[in-house]
Amino acid sequence: MFARGLKRKCVGHEEDVEGALAGLKTVSSYSLQRQSLLDMSLVKLQLCHMLVEPNLCRSVLIANTVRQIQEEMTQDGTWRAVAPQAAGRAPLDRLVSTEILCRAAWEQEGARPAPGLGDGHTQGPVSDLCPVTSAQAPRHPQSSVWEMDGPRENRGSFHKSLDQIFETLETKNPSCMEELFSDVDSPYYDLDTVLTGMMGGARPGPCEGLEGLAPATPGPSSSCKSDLGELDHVVEILVET
Amino acid sequence: MSITKTLLGRRDLADIISTVEFNHTGELLATGDKGGRVVIFQREPESKNAPHSQGEYDVYSTFQSHEPEFDYLKSLEIEEKINKIKWLPQQNAAHSLLSTNDKTIKLWKITERDKRPEGYNLKDEEGKLKDLSTVTSLQVPVLKPMDLMVEVSPRRIFANGHTYHINSISVNSDCETYMSADDLRINLWHLAITDRSFNIVDIKPANMEDLTEVITASEFHPHHCNLFVYSSSKGSLRLCDMRAAALCDKHSKLFEEPEDPSNRSFFSEIISSVSDVKFSHSGRYMLTRDYLTVKVWDLNMEARPIETYQVHDYLRSKLCSLYENDCIFDKFECAWNGSDSVIMTGAYNNFFRMFDRNTKRDVTLEASRESSKPRAVLKPRRVCVGGKRRRDDISVDSLDFTKKILHTAWHPAENIIAIAATNNLYIFQDKVNSDMH
Repeated sequence: MFARGLKRKCVGHEEDVEGALAGLKTVSSYSLQRQSLLDMSLVKLQLCHMLVEPNLCRSVLIANTVRQIQEEMTQDGTWRAVAPQAAGRAPLDRLVSTEILCRAAWEQEGARPAPGLGDGHTQGPVSDLCPVTSAQAPRHPQSSVWEMDGPRENRGSFHKSLDQIFETLETKNPSCMEELFSDVDSPYYDLDTVLTGMMGGARPGPCEGLEGLAPATPGPSSSCKSDLGELDHVVEILVET
Repeated sequence: MSITKTLLGRRDLADIISTVEFNHTGELLATGDKGGRVVIFQREPESKNAPHSQGEYDVYSTFQSHEPEFDYLKSLEIEEKINKIKWLPQQNAAHSLLSTNDKTIKLWKITERDKRPEGYNLKDEEGKLKDLSTVTSLQVPVLKPMDLMVEVSPRRIFANGHTYHINSISVNSDCETYMSADDLRINLWHLAITDRSFNIVDIKPANMEDLTEVITASEFHPHHCNLFVYSSSKGSLRLCDMRAAALCDKHSKLFEEPEDPSNRSFFSEIISSVSDVKFSHSGRYMLTRDYLTVKVWDLNMEARPIETYQVHDYLRSKLCSLYENDCIFDKFECAWNGSDSVIMTGAYNNFFRMFDRNTKRDVTLEASRESSKPRAVLKPRRVCVGGKRRRDDISVDSLDFTKKILHTAWHPAENIIAIAATNNLYIFQDKVNSDMH
């Protein structure tokens, strides 16, 4: 993410210290608020209550809000892919509202055991909307890279997880929001099916997603994060029982 | 509008109340809670001996309607919270009601037993067999009065009809069928048949990625057994006629108010989502509640509501904070009085609002312990938004958003209202205007 709050110098040209700052316009407070709202919405979508099914109405409304913001940002031209290395440098004050939100949510979730495989809950919005669903297909290479990179200590490192959300958001095209509900109503597969990856049709199972973390040819724009999320959830249940 | 409210009952219930419903005569009041329990209150008949009792509501029966369940396939809990209770019209001495959680609807029969047979020939009073040699004559058992016992039994369990969470149930005026609505589908059931239901509305898109709208509430028309309405998260109402087709995906009428472009924000859609819809007793109008307003719609006019009342417009500038703390997703209910002249809905800080459709006057009242003395007159409350502040005004920033009145009910004939404030149930009566006007 390019840093907010920095104004372009009045001198004619400036060097691009970071690729992300190129073409940075003066940030209006409206943009700031809009971005803050977008961040908050994405965090809300991600932080579903895992034990009880998430409220579908609430999820739909939040997703629609995100879509609206995306559309507006696309029209504004402020929506564009940014080089990954610029991520994570957003000033903390912008994240204040989401921090409070995250902190409260993590305090709630603190009692739950940290996911064994790590990847389970620190992912983009797609995966956690409906935790136990059929595995989706191919992975997004960018996401894979990012998941391999960061340490998976715990959910408390919200900076990292928010970075990942931003990453997911930026490296995908604006139509990524459509995947939000791709898994909500898939037929339920039993554990055997999930683990052996016998999904039928063109969809490979989650095991493939786990094994194939090395960058692969970009498939359709769905994330392997949902595969991993599900697998983690399934394994978590197995471990707990 | 002068209101004198008398408290007819206040109960601290064990759990957060999740639904409140009077029966068709108003004699019984049922509440459901988050723990899956149903508590029924009965109005004591006003007696000459104790004129001050004023027909108060006392606990009549308590039973566990739903238990927590675990869906093993999805590895998710199914909450036992009672989402809705609807009474069936009384057809004999017994009372019946439908109660539902997210997934399962149950039909309960409530019967009274106040007599028991005594004088058996073969059994003694404790039920033990008598020694036959001691029996020298025959007697006919007679019914003798006993202490009133209220028995509740589950008569039907309507399970596995819904994939998504049930938000509404509504009994048809034909008294034989009822409908249940979840986020994406509405099913029609026969009260006597539990293994089958008919899907009458299905708004699930072929591709779930295209999902942008859900069903939020639905109700049968009070007189026309073929008509029902359902509301959506986008603020629209659809009136459907079951005679038109088996699957009523195509509405007969679509009620939608065009968006006000000057008020547009990222929260416009969320605050337009209808949280409750209720037909008037006359059947001519519908009442809807969205986040900031209540609206009255005429069934004959689809273009816009005929009346709009602001419940708490002072929250309009605080929508972002309310979005952050999730309060913007609170689902408030609304209610008509018996003559359809006054409408009521809840708000925050344990406030509830009433709007008189004829005089166009409104009042804000508070359901709290302080005002819970039996003959207390409820003082109208006011929220100030800056500017001049009167002595007892509450400022917007001091409102307690954790104290929300989501569930309210109005007696079908008299000016008696039931207000659920978290764990507390308040029952108020308007003594000045006891009868409907």
